[in-house]
Amino acid sequence: MKDIGANEERFLMSLLVRNEAGVLTRVSSLFGRRGFNIDSLSVGETLDSKISRITVIATGDEYVKEQIKLQLEKLYDVLTVEILNMKNAVMRELMLIKVRVPQGKRAEILEATSIFRAKVVDITRESLTLEVTGDSSKCNAFLEYMIPFGVVELCRTGLTAVARGGESLEDNNKLIV
Amino acid sequence: MELTGAEIVMKVLLENDVDTVFGYPGGAVLNIYDEIYKYSDKIHHITTCHEQGAAHAADGYARATGKTGVVFATSGPGATNLVTGIATAYLDSTPLVAITGNVATAFIGRDSFQEVDICGVTMPITKHNFMVKDVNKLADVLREAFRYARVGRPGPVLVDIPKDVQTAVADYEPLTKETSARKHKNGKKAFESALEIIKNSKKPFIYAGGGVVSGNASKELEKFADMLDAPIGTSMMGISGVSVDNPRYLGMTGMHGKYCSTRALAEADLIIAIGARFSDRATGNKKKFADGKKVIHIDIDPAEIGKNIPVYVSLIGDVKEVLIKLMGMLPEMNRPEWEAEVKEIRNCPDSRLEMEKGKLTPQAVIEAVNKNLKACNPIVTDVGQHQMWVAQYYKFKNPRTFLTSGGLGTMGFGLGAAIGAAIGTGKRTVLFTSDGGFHMNMNEMATIVSNNLPVTIIVLNNDALGMVRQWQTIFFEKRYSNTSLERKTDYVKLANAFGIQAEKVDSLDNMEKVIKKSVSGNGPFLVEVKIDPDERVLPMIPPNGTIHDIILR
Repeated sequence: MKDIGANEERFLMSLLVRNEAGVLTRVSSLFGRRGFNIDSLSVGETLDSKISRITVIATGDEYVKEQIKLQLEKLYDVLTVEILNMKNAVMRELMLIKVRVPQGKRAEILEATSIFRAKVVDITRESLTLEVTGDSSKCNAFLEYMIPFGVVELCRTGLTAVARGGESLEDNNKLIV
Repeated sequence: MELTGAEIVMKVLLENDVDTVFGYPGGAVLNIYDEIYKYSDKIHHITTCHEQGAAHAADGYARATGKTGVVFATSGPGATNLVTGIATAYLDSTPLVAITGNVATAFIGRDSFQEVDICGVTMPITKHNFMVKDVNKLADVLREAFRYARVGRPGPVLVDIPKDVQTAVADYEPLTKETSARKHKNGKKAFESALEIIKNSKKPFIYAGGGVVSGNASKELEKFADMLDAPIGTSMMGISGVSVDNPRYLGMTGMHGKYCSTRALAEADLIIAIGARFSDRATGNKKKFADGKKVIHIDIDPAEIGKNIPVYVSLIGDVKEVLIKLMGMLPEMNRPEWEAEVKEIRNCPDSRLEMEKGKLTPQAVIEAVNKNLKACNPIVTDVGQHQMWVAQYYKFKNPRTFLTSGGLGTMGFGLGAAIGAAIGTGKRTVLFTSDGGFHMNMNEMATIVSNNLPVTIIVLNNDALGMVRQWQTIFFEKRYSNTSLERKTDYVKLANAFGIQAEKVDSLDNMEKVIKKSVSGNGPFLVEVKIDPDERVLPMIPPNGTIHDIILR
């Protein structure tokens, strides 16, 4: 992730979008076109298969934050954009990590796996594949610990998030108005 | 009733009261063109020489009439030739529906003959685009395209229809139901604080943009200025939104704006921007533009608020509706001191820059055209020096009579747009162009002749790319890199070859007579006017400058 400037902060946005071909391109290319950076992006269907939900982490000052929201709202396929308060949201990321198991180190790796509440999802004589879920700092910490053993492959989903409390993003969906 | 996709296209055009379309046939739109043939008594199709001309024509048609412009093109090169026209419409917020054919769905993604991903290509220059892969969705998608091109801030929408969808059959039900726009609610507080700021302002300045023209809000704007006792300036796109006869109107502001308008804006303590987006050509230095001033921004597009200039209060919505509501809350105001100051600025010599008298200048030509036309005749330009001279010297009185590519600055826009304006209004249309811009799309002279359109083409020939040359004069120590054209084009013979009457003017003596003749017949006419390549557009505020950097002489 890039360094954060003086007036910049990292912020979290949730979008509901039409589940149409090209929607991800429309959203991501808007960031590029307007000169905004995406730190992380994840996407998936909602209860209504016609609507998908995108979670974006981006960096910028107040101007960028406001402009991203307004410009995203102009896209036909974007139904609602909400900037979530990071302190009051549940954020999770899933990480799959395939780690080499040096001779005599299996127990130490498994111990760490258990401390981090990670799961073993595949095993061979030379490797372990582990699944860990949590916020970015937990995933980062687990990764740091595993690097010295030799990470063979790593994949991360990017953060996904919901605001705490009983309200729904659907309340602002422009299709429902 | 069961109809083919191609016929559904015709039906939805008729649902949307479309009677004129511009375009160019080709392999992937054969079926649509077959229907155009059958529907020729209801839908008039103008075939241009190049798809770019068709796109500009549809754009010009929309600007001059306020209706939605429609353009057809085939797949591949037909579609990509529309791109500059679509981008021009996007930057100036013109409602346009572009319908392209594409290869059959089974051939998509295989680099088939004349296949291009036009939705991908036009994504950043359309409000939205659709590819229709299912004929059952075609009618609704087209309806949505027409609705979306107009709703909120207008703009171009593209619909890409593969060949097999045009031939497939679906059930078609006519629809007349109006779908309503999503309304923005401005809090009561926003109006209250706007009122408060207006009341407390000693020197308000109304800055009107293209939104006043496209939102048909000229009357409301003028009344608003009366209530406030405030002067009005416009961006280039706002020209024709206020009549030059209005005593409050100071003219265009910005890089080549009138001194009095730019100066009054600089002196103001409050800018009320109406349907304007604070382009860099209009503001100059963005940091200093509104320094020490308050800004109220009225616009239909929420994303324009604060994009270029920080704003105190914003009122989102149709500018006409917002102005009516705001006026309902305003008392009549008098600002005699400000009025006197504005009067003084208006009367200062710098506000009355004129070109040399007794010489064949662009100003003299523009005034001669002005004298021989009515206020309702559309005036079209290309891009560059001549465009600025028309903006400065032509006396526009009616909205939608000044058609120019403001945002994108598209050289070659003019001839196509003039075709659209002439067809849309049925009135004598005058295109001011230059030897640079005219050479870009002059092929459309053939379209003008085929349709016997009342278009007068005035080529202000300085044998140079004048605006770029002007910058080279001022900022590059007169190193005229590739702006002296040295072309040997004989414009009179060229026009004659296309079938257009033409005359050349090289002295002031016969100028008025030729201009009068060029606008009084029924058909097209071209006039070439030789002008001095060293004639400059003044005043000029260098890029990123302020009123203090203005070049007057």
